[in-house]
Amino acid sequence: MQCFKIFLIVLSIHMSVSDARADESSIILQSTTSTANSGLYDHLLPIFKKETGITVHVVAVGTGQAIKNAKNCDGDVLLVHAKLAEQKFVSEGFGIARYDVMYNDFILVGPPEDPAKISGGQLATIALANIAMSQSQFASRADNSGTHKKEVSLWNAARIKPQQSSGHWYLETGSGMGATLNIAVGSGAYTMTDRATWISFKNKQDYKIQVEGDESLFNQYGIIQINPKRCPQVKSVQAKKLIDWMLSRKGRDVIAEYELEGQQLFFPNALTHY
Amino acid sequence: MQDFSTAFSLAFSLIFNADADLIEIIGLSLSVSFSAVFFSVAVGFPLGAVTAVVRFPGRQVLAVTLNALMGLPPVVVGLLVYLVISRAGPLGWMNLLYSPTAMIIAQSILITPIIAALTRQIIEDLHKEYDEQLRSFCLPESRIVMTLIWDARYSLITVVLAGFGRAIAEVGAVIVVGGNIDHLTRVMTTAIALETSKGDLSLALALGIILLILALSINAAAYILRNSAHRSAHT
Repeated sequence: MQCFKIFLIVLSIHMSVSDARADESSIILQSTTSTANSGLYDHLLPIFKKETGITVHVVAVGTGQAIKNAKNCDGDVLLVHAKLAEQKFVSEGFGIARYDVMYNDFILVGPPEDPAKISGGQLATIALANIAMSQSQFASRADNSGTHKKEVSLWNAARIKPQQSSGHWYLETGSGMGATLNIAVGSGAYTMTDRATWISFKNKQDYKIQVEGDESLFNQYGIIQINPKRCPQVKSVQAKKLIDWMLSRKGRDVIAEYELEGQQLFFPNALTHY
Repeated sequence: MQDFSTAFSLAFSLIFNADADLIEIIGLSLSVSFSAVFFSVAVGFPLGAVTAVVRFPGRQVLAVTLNALMGLPPVVVGLLVYLVISRAGPLGWMNLLYSPTAMIIAQSILITPIIAALTRQIIEDLHKEYDEQLRSFCLPESRIVMTLIWDARYSLITVVLAGFGRAIAEVGAVIVVGGNIDHLTRVMTTAIALETSKGDLSLALALGIILLILALSINAAAYILRNSAHRSAHT
């Protein structure tokens, strides 16, 4: 009986914590992982909180998962990087509108021996073709994330069907960017990653950027408010404040000033008039 | 491996500097898992003992089911709880997702079968041993159940520890229903998963070492408690 009383007390403490979450001054941001793992939010959100008093709770998962969670109404704002999927999300009525926030780029990383001889190449599709031709190992996210969608589109552009070699030289990890990078580094495979995750990744060992700068490797991040008509629990006012702030001059400056190892990670490109 | 030595020194510097974030994470880990254990014991002890003692139809099916549920994959439990408490789910209005309460619910579901199944085994063995004596007292079954639980209390401590060990070590369920939100639902295991995904393997390992030290001290405390209680009971 004593135990049960203690349990009730503990549970009620937790309930009060959940209440704090449900209160007016906090919202949930369903986000892709790169913006969280690179430390951008740790830099940005305290400044936002100071100005508005709103606490933003970040759930960092892959873009595919984030969109799915948002469709279940489990969040107020969505920040991901898969423009087509985002536009579909809005046109299906799950989101109100979609805005460009910032961009960076994808890169192909690989072992220094570079078995597929792709180093310094300009075109991502040619690099992928060389990887496929030489049957060098390539680790794919295979998790419907923004990075994975981009990778699939590049394979399509190169007219290669790597899934046919799944488990042979094409390794479908079904995991997040960090886990996939760990697998690539551990097994000598190439992989594709966004630059922010790569710069902040600490287990690079001797891995190098092999291909970068191709226009097709552009990586656009978008922000969407989840539609309160579909999800009545969405805190529209606070959600809108976050989006407006991210797109404002101040928000763009804060995004642009964030650096890691002397490199800017995200480049704001919100339109001034939206 | 340089990672190992870095991990050890990192673990100790984190502990000795009483890192504020770390203390918060440890505190949440403990309170979530302890709460889950309390709840699971409240359900699992009586459930296990009744299954061991009382003869009712479907008893064997229940016993086998409990044993099988010990192997519940945490991520499946997390998914089930998520589907129920998501805002789109049947209990969405309660606003439980991404809260410590959600994590307690998931861990309770995960470890209640473990506690119930192990309790059933212990009580059943004890029951066989004392069957004749208990029958000669003509006690009602409810009394028999309570007597046996009380008599098995020292063995049941190990059952509680098994449940606690599973709860504090699992990551699959709490990361789905908790969301690993900083300063809200981040616990030791989800922090370890996060640092691993950032490639900071030494920090991840350091957190793992701290989790191990934590588990070790709790088990040591339980051992001492049990021994001293045992001794005072027999003198």
